Amino acid sequence: MQPDVNLALLVMAGTIYLVRALPLVLLRKEIRSPFIRSFLYYVPYVSLSVMTFPAILSATASFFSGLAGFCAAVVIAWVDGKLFRVSIGACIAVFLAELLL
Amino acid sequence: MEEKRNSGGFWFLQGMRAGIPIGMGYFAVAFTLGIAARKAGLNVLQSGFMSATMLASAGQFAGFGALAAGAGYLEMMVTEIVVNLRYLLMSSALSQKVMRDKPFFHRFFMAYGVTDEIFAVSMGVAGRLHPCYMYGAAATAAPGWVLGTVLGALLGMILPARAMSAMGVALYGMFLAIVVPPAKKDRIIAGVVIVSMVTSALFTRLPVLNRISSGFQIIVLTILVAGAAAILFPVSEKKEETQDAA
Repeated sequence: MQPDVNLALLVMAGTIYLVRALPLVLLRKEIRSPFIRSFLYYVPYVSLSVMTFPAILSATASFFSGLAGFCAAVVIAWVDGKLFRVSIGACIAVFLAELLL
Repeated sequence: MEEKRNSGGFWFLQGMRAGIPIGMGYFAVAFTLGIAARKAGLNVLQSGFMSATMLASAGQFAGFGALAAGAGYLEMMVTEIVVNLRYLLMSSALSQKVMRDKPFFHRFFMAYGVTDEIFAVSMGVAGRLHPCYMYGAAATAAPGWVLGTVLGALLGMILPARAMSAMGVALYGMFLAIVVPPAKKDRIIAGVVIVSMVTSALFTRLPVLNRISSGFQIIVLTILVAGAAAILFPVSEKKEETQDAA
């Protein structure tokens, strides 16, 4: 049976919503376990780091411009830390690197 | 300050500000997604609808694959669960971060905005999270995603290649802006960030391991590294209170 495209889109959207909603709805109480609390404390740092590296190196036209973007972002984040400036700074670094290469 | 902390309007505006760079980054990524959507046989309206309801890059790309392969509904559901399982972890973390005194119904709406980027800025808020912050972030970020998809589906490649390439790092820059400042202040977090990146690089290089899909890699590594960190360096409640990534 060939699934109907519109129905398929609804099914996928519903599934992804449940994945997002269930923990928020079910974990109403404060979690007491020190292990789970510590685990959840580290989750954002780990997942964001894992998603960023090495994917950033292949997100642009060349490895080197990606590397330039990565280095620029790390330096600006270290010195300044403002979300928007880090993001734009990384884009500018990639743009400049590709002009030079 | 106390009044500000409870004002939904204040937090909505803060969220909107955080959502603007996210929306810009989304726009570039979604543009390529729109092109892929057309290739998968969706029309412009379906592409926009998909982006508005799913708001998930990896999930949507996986969806095209499932559609192209003529997968059944059950297989589509399993695919979406696996590819998006990291949201289960992120929502769990958010469930502990949200302000305790806010009505329960907020959680149903907050769930819509759980994306890598909105999650990142939301966890970056100092102290407890006001639901309106997430609404604000979604209000400026999601239109970038939907608009990018629709334009990509409509127009294909209009942006010069250089601009597309440069915009490709916007989202990663944002992730780094979330993890680097706390890593500067806390050696354990710095270690966790470095170990995460190194193991992630190993996963994409090593044979066998690099066959694991990227969505699943994120889950496996998050559980392993965050689990190890939680065992080795348990966090005191006091430290959690001062978690201020942004």
